[in-house]
Amino acid sequence: MHLLEVRNLTVSFDTSVGLFHAVKGIDLHVDAREVLAIVGESGSGKSVAMLSVMGLLPATATVTADSMEFDGRDLLTMSAAQRRKIIGRDVAMIFQEPMTSLNPCFTVGFQIEEVLRFHLGMGRTERRARAVELLRQVGIPEPEQRLHSFPHQMSGGQNQRVMIAMAIACSPKLLIADEPTTALDVTIQKQILDLLVHLQAEHGMGLIMITHNIGVVAETADRVVVQYKGRRMEEAGVLELFTAPKSPYTRALLAALPENATGDRLPTIAGFNPEDLVAQ
Amino acid sequence: MTAVLEARNISRDYHVGGTLFGAGRVVHAVKNLSFSLDRGRTLAIVGESGSGKSTLARILTLIDRQTSGELFMDGAAVDIGRTGVTRDMRRKVQIVFQNPYGSLNPRQKIGDVLMEPLLLNTDMPVAERRERALQMLVKVGLLPEHFNRYPHMFSGGQRQRIAIARAIILNPSLLVLDEPVSALDLSVQAQILNLLADLQDEFGLTYVFISHDLSVVRYIADEVMVMYLGEAVEYGSRDRVFEAPQHAYTRTLFAATPRADVESIRARLARKAAAAA
Ligand SMILES: Nc1ncnc2c1ncn2[C@@H]1O[C@H](COP(=O)(O)OP(=O)(O)OP(=O)(O)O)[C@@H](O)[C@H]1O
Ligand SMILES: Nc1ncnc2c1ncn2[C@@H]1O[C@H](COP(=O)(O)OP(=O)(O)OP(=O)(O)O)[C@@H](O)[C@H]1O
Ligand SMILES: [Mg+2]
Ligand SMILES: [Mg+2]
Repeated sequence: MHLLEVRNLTVSFDTSVGLFHAVKGIDLHVDAREVLAIVGESGSGKSVAMLSVMGLLPATATVTADSMEFDGRDLLTMSAAQRRKIIGRDVAMIFQEPMTSLNPCFTVGFQIEEVLRFHLGMGRTERRARAVELLRQVGIPEPEQRLHSFPHQMSGGQNQRVMIAMAIACSPKLLIADEPTTALDVTIQKQILDLLVHLQAEHGMGLIMITHNIGVVAETADRVVVQYKGRRMEEAGVLELFTAPKSPYTRALLAALPENATGDRLPTIAGFNPEDLVAQ
Repeated sequence: MTAVLEARNISRDYHVGGTLFGAGRVVHAVKNLSFSLDRGRTLAIVGESGSGKSTLARILTLIDRQTSGELFMDGAAVDIGRTGVTRDMRRKVQIVFQNPYGSLNPRQKIGDVLMEPLLLNTDMPVAERRERALQMLVKVGLLPEHFNRYPHMFSGGQRQRIAIARAIILNPSLLVLDEPVSALDLSVQAQILNLLADLQDEFGLTYVFISHDLSVVRYIADEVMVMYLGEAVEYGSRDRVFEAPQHAYTRTLFAATPRADVESIRARLARKAAAAA
């Protein structure tokens, strides 16, 4: 049994011009202590697929799947109340855009402590101490003082780290990290990746890492799924992906690395038909 | 040649937490920073998270005012505290914010987002505005059918491209981009970097490009500045900075860059297997 197993997931949005199919039948699984990286085209349904697991899509979305199981429990048939207990505690997500998930009206300390109160029922002093510890773990200097900052008083990368602190606050069994290090310089990125890998080893956490950063994939992933236009193009062990990519899309993607620039323009990928691309 | 942009000893302090009972404290977000940038050149700024890059970006684009120091544009001193920002200055200088979602009005359709700067700053007729907005959408790799959608209906990388399209639609002469490609897949990233290079060749655009991605910086920059705790600890030509970094922090940065070569992956997997055994 996998920690998370999703089979034949589809997500479509009801829009003014008809149905838009954002995810078109994706299979995905991750085990405890494993890092699954999801890479692929911008707009290919990576975030939407994971938000469907979290149950956080807007009402215009229709989700179907043959199965969606977390830790042996069926997420599709679970009641909303049961799901709320799991989400945020056993399954946590670092969202792609920190500023949309942090509340501008509350201090970051309050927001972290609220997670600890709601899911773990911690008392006030314990909460405060844990919040300071979490901010320290994500590399925020002067954490005691920073608890009192509002999101607009923090830099982009500081807010991103507050989000990470909130996501790991309850030691989740599964962490879904959607572009978790885009606003971080490489030294702090390294510190965060080391922290996530450490949590994995310590608590047996499963980690799904959505990222465009090929270096992050190389430094963290066990297995990689490549997505394009709502479909899975390829699934491979990390070494295999770098040494022998199967799908033409993956090969084209790797070729677009800035290091590969020849002359003064970069290679891009033009108009693939995803149906032709699925690796045989 | 006069520089398009020159900063002399720019500093920015924030006063935080001042209450009835305490004086609060001062954050020195940018400290005594100077540089000068010629037309058609690209200055890349890298640095620690929280080192003052976005603060500097807001000062350079006349959104926020420095606490001290002087700013010159095309040789003329600019002080928005005294003169405000004229329509002409607004047209010349544009910014792509680090957080695209926060800078888009959730109730405004993308077509209107793109046409608005043209409406406010030019006398273009509506048909031409529409045409230009559609062109821009396609240039950043989106589709004409996206014109009538709202911001929440887009992926992170699609929103980032909308912000880029909005910033270049007025043909600015100086463009400050704060992490403009961090949410883009490599192919779209390449497309955007190529587009920026085209615009620079065609119109002599000047860029200040803030990024954490050193391989992007190495590809795009003419000059590089490294910021650490509000200071510019390193500033020089791209080749000089990459080949002979002077400051310890710059060397730390280079050393922390993730490695995507097969040997490094093999070594990491072996370490993980050994730790699990
Ligand atoms: N609420 C919505 N209504 C309509 N379409 C939507 C909505 N949310 C997302 N989409 C569309 O679904 C597709 C998948 O979006 P998603 O956010 O999953 O992309 P992504 O793979 O995470 O991309 P990125 O790498 O740019 O973040 C996109 O084409 C997007 O425009
Ligand atoms: N409005 C504000 N009030 C108080 N402090 C602020 C404010 N804005 C920024 N700061 C502080 O100023 C410092 C510099 O912030 P800035 O956003 O410029 O950093 P940055 O280099 O852009 O970082 P990142 O790479 O994480 O985006 C940070 O310590 C931040 O907390
Ligand atoms: Mg996304
Ligand atoms: Mg910033």
